[in-house]
Amino acid sequence: MRATVFLLPLALLPIFANEFWLVHIFSRALILGIIALSLTFLATYLGVVSFAQATMAGIAGYVLAYFGPNTVDVGHELPFAAAIPIALLMSVLSGAVVGLIARRSQGIYAIMITLAIAVAFFYFTRQNYSFFNGWTGFSGLRSPQIGDTALRTPVVFYLLCLGVAALLLAMVSGFVRSPMGLTIQAVRDARRRVQAIGIPLTTPIVSAYAFAGFIAGSGGILNVWYQERISSFSVGLGPIVDILTISVIGGLRHPSGAFIGAVAFVLLDTFAIDFVDRERFNTLIGVTLLIIVLLAPRGLRGLWDDTVARFGNARDGGENTGKSQQST
Amino acid sequence: MLNRTRKVGIAVGMALGLSVMPAAAAEVKIGVISILEGAFAALGQDGIRGAQLAVAETGGKVAGKDIKVITMSSDASPDSAVAAARKLIEQDGVDLIVGPLSGSEGLALRDLSKSFPGVTFLNGSSAAQDTTLRDSSQNFYRFGGDGAQWMVGVGSHAFNKLNYKRVAVVAEDYSFPYTQVLGFMTEFCAAGGKVPKKFWTPIGAKDYSSIVYAIPKDVDAVFVALGGADAVNFLTQYSQAGGDKPIIGGTITIDQSILDSKGPFKKLLIGAPAGTPTVGDYDGKEWKAFTASYKKQFPKGFSAPSIFAHHYYMSAKAALLALDEVKGDLSGNHKALRASLNKLQFVTPTGGTMRLDKNRNGIIDNFVTEVFQREDGTLGNRVLKVVRDVDQLLGQNETDFLKKGPVSRDNPSCP
Repeated sequence: MRATVFLLPLALLPIFANEFWLVHIFSRALILGIIALSLTFLATYLGVVSFAQATMAGIAGYVLAYFGPNTVDVGHELPFAAAIPIALLMSVLSGAVVGLIARRSQGIYAIMITLAIAVAFFYFTRQNYSFFNGWTGFSGLRSPQIGDTALRTPVVFYLLCLGVAALLLAMVSGFVRSPMGLTIQAVRDARRRVQAIGIPLTTPIVSAYAFAGFIAGSGGILNVWYQERISSFSVGLGPIVDILTISVIGGLRHPSGAFIGAVAFVLLDTFAIDFVDRERFNTLIGVTLLIIVLLAPRGLRGLWDDTVARFGNARDGGENTGKSQQST
Repeated sequence: MLNRTRKVGIAVGMALGLSVMPAAAAEVKIGVISILEGAFAALGQDGIRGAQLAVAETGGKVAGKDIKVITMSSDASPDSAVAAARKLIEQDGVDLIVGPLSGSEGLALRDLSKSFPGVTFLNGSSAAQDTTLRDSSQNFYRFGGDGAQWMVGVGSHAFNKLNYKRVAVVAEDYSFPYTQVLGFMTEFCAAGGKVPKKFWTPIGAKDYSSIVYAIPKDVDAVFVALGGADAVNFLTQYSQAGGDKPIIGGTITIDQSILDSKGPFKKLLIGAPAGTPTVGDYDGKEWKAFTASYKKQFPKGFSAPSIFAHHYYMSAKAALLALDEVKGDLSGNHKALRASLNKLQFVTPTGGTMRLDKNRNGIIDNFVTEVFQREDGTLGNRVLKVVRDVDQLLGQNETDFLKKGPVSRDNPSCP
């Protein structure tokens, strides 16, 4: 299998990397990549840019915080075997609801609607204390134990993130070949013709959003275990823009772009402050992102494809999926 | 998919390079976390200056070891403060952390400190009550006060001197203003005052009209615990709507930037009392010396050290004094250093004696200030009263104080 060729070196990474790199660079990149994957999935196959992916991830995270162990006296503790499915279910539902609200919108209007939902949710979490514990949010969140090992142990956690990311990528590639996945792509390419042959638009659009909610929710759960806390800031404008940035610099035309973008983003976010004046590190981040967007309009993933094509050794003969015609 | 392998190659190379970095022995690494981005950036930078000033005063060396200061930025969110601290600890290998700046960040680092017993945390200027009062952490120190200590003296001044009997509260909806309101109401309610209504607004709110028109007619004054632009927006809208109740300020409500801004609301502020641990033009001799030292070190800094420079300075100074006392001994999870910090005493820039209570929270000096009009028509703050030796229990019995429960929207209450 081709996939194992790429997975194997990644799985062997714990032998080389120290804990900081394993957890705070690679695991974090994988988690952000998973959440960005949900956006890339929507952008690639439905042709819609959604700003609500950090929100869906946040909903899964908040549900897990509410029903899991925490130190803030809010919520009811359930076993993880119940809490994790509930969290995923809620993120899928939240995705479906966002899809239902935004189903008639495309382009800039879809962006506006999803952004409005995300910001409304952000202010709600910040002011609601009975479910979300307001500004301060939840702290002291623990990951489940398997035997004596906590899932948050660096090597275990990294492998978990890697496994989930690989599984989700496989699910995306399976889903887009299914009848529903093909319908979703048909909706992207020609809404009116899909309607004209009698297929209602609502079901494929809502399914696409719900599936994106599932991906984002998986990332959201990992993110809660990584951060060991969640607060209104985790669903604020900052993370929303971060996810968009990751997707755009990675490339919106192929699902794997999300992970490439995430690695670039995390490296920049972590180390920019070491390279320049402490007061100016955000300028460096901004300029680098600007350069990537200018030089690689299709993202880092697209830049790679171009390079390969130019030197004429593209073994796959270019991309085999996701030739999107989207206009946004 | 080829790029994945290349990426891994690069990453593995970088990781290998990093894992063989030698650890320098004759060096003490201090990480400083402050807000260097967004609305607080200028103030956060001043916090860093405070820490740098304390290091500079020792000549950059303590007990024969070089001091290396590594700064990190957070963005006022607990998540970013935790990420910054983790990078300082796990990547840069710092021994001590000074910071963070704001309330909920402090709570988050307090929780984080329990997972890193080998690092000593000294709070910057964050002032939520529960950072040290409840669920405190053995290696988290606050050489400063909380938001309630910063209001000591104001409640009784408002009731006894200004004769305010009923006061409405307008404050931002998070941990620091809750603590400030507690500090004000503890004295004010004990003196016999009433707070019939409290309004909590989201931070960054622009439109206060729903609050302005809901402030009861029969109150004598409004206690406003809002910061920066929120305070300007509220006061402007309140005065435009014809509001004429006197104002009582929280610690960060009436700073010089608000007094220097334009608008009819300024007439509401003349005579307004406020509580703060830091007054820029205080004329105590220690403060004058501190200001001179600050100005010499940072000619491009503010005209006087801000509350943030003051607090980061005290924390960094405490760390350096203790390090000096134990000759830089950081063995056994900083055992000697922490024993030294626990009983450390030093004279603060405001002239009082800084020392810790059993929860490792500072016993501080606090000021009651008043806005006055200078001869040229500009406004300034002047000191009405200095309250020395303010502790976190506000002079009350510990059991009774804790029994009142954590601060929240509804606690305390005296309608």
